[in-house]
Amino acid sequence: MKILVAVKRVIDYNVQVRVKDDGTGVVTDNVKMSTNPPDDNAIEEAVKIKESGKAKEVIAITIGDDKAQETVRKALAVGADRGIHVKVDGIVEPLAVSKILKKIVEKENPDLVFMGKQAIDDDCNQTGQMLAAILNWPQATFASKIEVKEKSLEVTREIDEGLETIEVNIPAIVTCDLRLNEPRYASLPNIMKAKKKPLEQLNASDLGVDTKARIEQIKVEEPPKRKAGIKVASVSELVQKLKNEAKVI
Amino acid sequence: MSVLLIAEHNNSDLRPFTFNAATAASKINENLHVLVLGNKSDSVAKAASEIPLVKKVIHVDNEIFDNFTAENYTSTILKHVDNYSHIVCSANTFGKNLMPRVAALLDTSQVSDIVNVISEDTFLRPIYAGNAFATVKSTDKKKCVTIRPTSFDPAPSTGGSAEIVKSEPGDKFESSKFVKREEIKSDRPELGTARVVISGGRGMQNSDNFKLISAIADKLNAAIGASRAAVDAGYITNDHQVGQTGKVVVPDLYIAVGISGAIQHLAGMKESKVIVAINKDGEAPIFSVADYGLEADLFEALPQFLEELNKLNSIQK
Repeated sequence: MKILVAVKRVIDYNVQVRVKDDGTGVVTDNVKMSTNPPDDNAIEEAVKIKESGKAKEVIAITIGDDKAQETVRKALAVGADRGIHVKVDGIVEPLAVSKILKKIVEKENPDLVFMGKQAIDDDCNQTGQMLAAILNWPQATFASKIEVKEKSLEVTREIDEGLETIEVNIPAIVTCDLRLNEPRYASLPNIMKAKKKPLEQLNASDLGVDTKARIEQIKVEEPPKRKAGIKVASVSELVQKLKNEAKVI
Repeated sequence: MSVLLIAEHNNSDLRPFTFNAATAASKINENLHVLVLGNKSDSVAKAASEIPLVKKVIHVDNEIFDNFTAENYTSTILKHVDNYSHIVCSANTFGKNLMPRVAALLDTSQVSDIVNVISEDTFLRPIYAGNAFATVKSTDKKKCVTIRPTSFDPAPSTGGSAEIVKSEPGDKFESSKFVKREEIKSDRPELGTARVVISGGRGMQNSDNFKLISAIADKLNAAIGASRAAVDAGYITNDHQVGQTGKVVVPDLYIAVGISGAIQHLAGMKESKVIVAINKDGEAPIFSVADYGLEADLFEALPQFLEELNKLNSIQK
C-alpha cells in the first residue's frame, strides 16, 4: 500500500499574526513558519501505518513556493520515503490544490491520501473533501482514530455531537484531527539522512492546472479590539460585577 | 437569483444552527429555499416550511440519508442546484464535511465560515484563527458558502407556511458506510448556542476536578467548554472543545478557568460579550481578552464562586 500525504507551510501556530498596514494581507516577512499542525499528524499516521507493515511507501507532497520544500524535508526526516514539491507562487485556493493533488494521484496511484483537516492560515477546511469529490473517492474527515483493514479503513471522526465511526473502502481520503496521534520529533541523524532522500520538483503549470484565484481578496483588517478589562481582587467582587455592572447573571 | 440552504437535522428536528444559517442565507438573497434530505423526516420538512424567511422547501426522503453522509448528500444536492446562485449551509462539522464536496463538483471555490454578508458576492470571514478578517469576493457563477452560525441570530421558527415539494434522491455512494455515532447526551444547553459557557483548561489537572465546573454550570444553566489541552489530556470529551479547531462560541458570558489563552483557544471564544478569566498566572494571555480577570487558585476560587452565587436572590437563566 502506498500513502500520499499532503503538507502545507504556514505561519507557526505560536506566532501572533499581524495584519499589514496596507490591508493586503498579513505580515510574513521574518516570521517563523512551520508545517501546518494537523499535517504533522497526517505524516505521523502514515509513517506509523508503514511501520506496522501495512504500507510500503509514504510520499510527502507540498504545493507552494521554493521554501515550501522545508515541510517536505521535515516529513522525510520523520519517516516519509520521498517527496514531491509542486511549485506555485502566491495564494493557491483549496480547489486548485485539490486539482493539483488529483494529477499527482493519477500519476502515483496511492491507495490513501492523508492531510490535515484544516490549514491554520486560511482556515478553509476544504482540500481533502474537494479531492475526494473530484476523484469520486470516499472521505473520512476530522479523523481521530484510523484502523486499517484488508480493503477498507475504519475511521473515528470528531463531530460536534461527539464521535462518529465510518468505514471507507480503499482508495480513500482521510483528513486528520490533532488528536489522531502524537507527532514525533525528527532526530538530527534523521534530518541529515532526509537530505539524501529523493525530492521531485514539478511546476503546477506543467501539470495543466489553472491556479488562478476565483476569490478576490479585497482587504484584510485587524479584528475589532476588545476594550481593556479589569482585574478583580476577590470572588465576591467578581460576582458583584457580573451581577450589577455587566448584568449577565 | 436564489439561495438553496442545506438543512442540518436529526430526521425529527432541525438542528439549531439551521436557523442561524437561514438568517445569513436570506441576507444573501430573500428568495430562500431549503433542501431537506432525510429518512422518515416529514417533521423536519414541516419545521423548515414554518420558518417565515423560507419561500419553498424541497424534501427528499430516502433511507440513504439516514446517516447524513457527505457522499450521499452530494449527489442529491447536485441534482437540485440548477436554479440557484448560492448553495449555503452552516460551518459546523456537518457543513465543513459536506460543502467542499459539493463545491468541487460544481468547480466552485468555496467561501468558508463567513461572519457577515456584504453583498451577494462579497463576504467577511476570519482567517488566522480570527486574528485577521478578510473581505472576499467570489467570482464563481454558482457560489458555495458556509456560515459561522454564531455570527447570525437564529431565524424565527414559526409563522411561515412555505410550500413543500417532494423530490428524488441522486445515486447512492457505495464505497463508504456508516458504522455508529456516539453522541454525548446532556441536559445542559448546547455549547454552540448557550447563553453562558464555563470552560476548564489544563489547570483543572484531571477529569474529576471538572465537577467544580459542572456545579457552577448547573447554577448558571451554562454549557461546559474546554481548551484543547484539557481535551488532549483526556479530562473531558472532544465535543466540549472551544477553539480554532473546535467550536466557536459567542455567549453573553464566557468563564475561562485554568486556561492560559493560547491563540487557538482565543479564536473560539474572544467574540463573547463578557469574558471572565480565573487563572493563578497573572501573566497568562487569557487576561488580555478578559473583561474581568481574577488572579487566583481555581481550587479556592471555584468553591467560593459557587458560594457567592448561592447567596444571590436571583440568577438569570
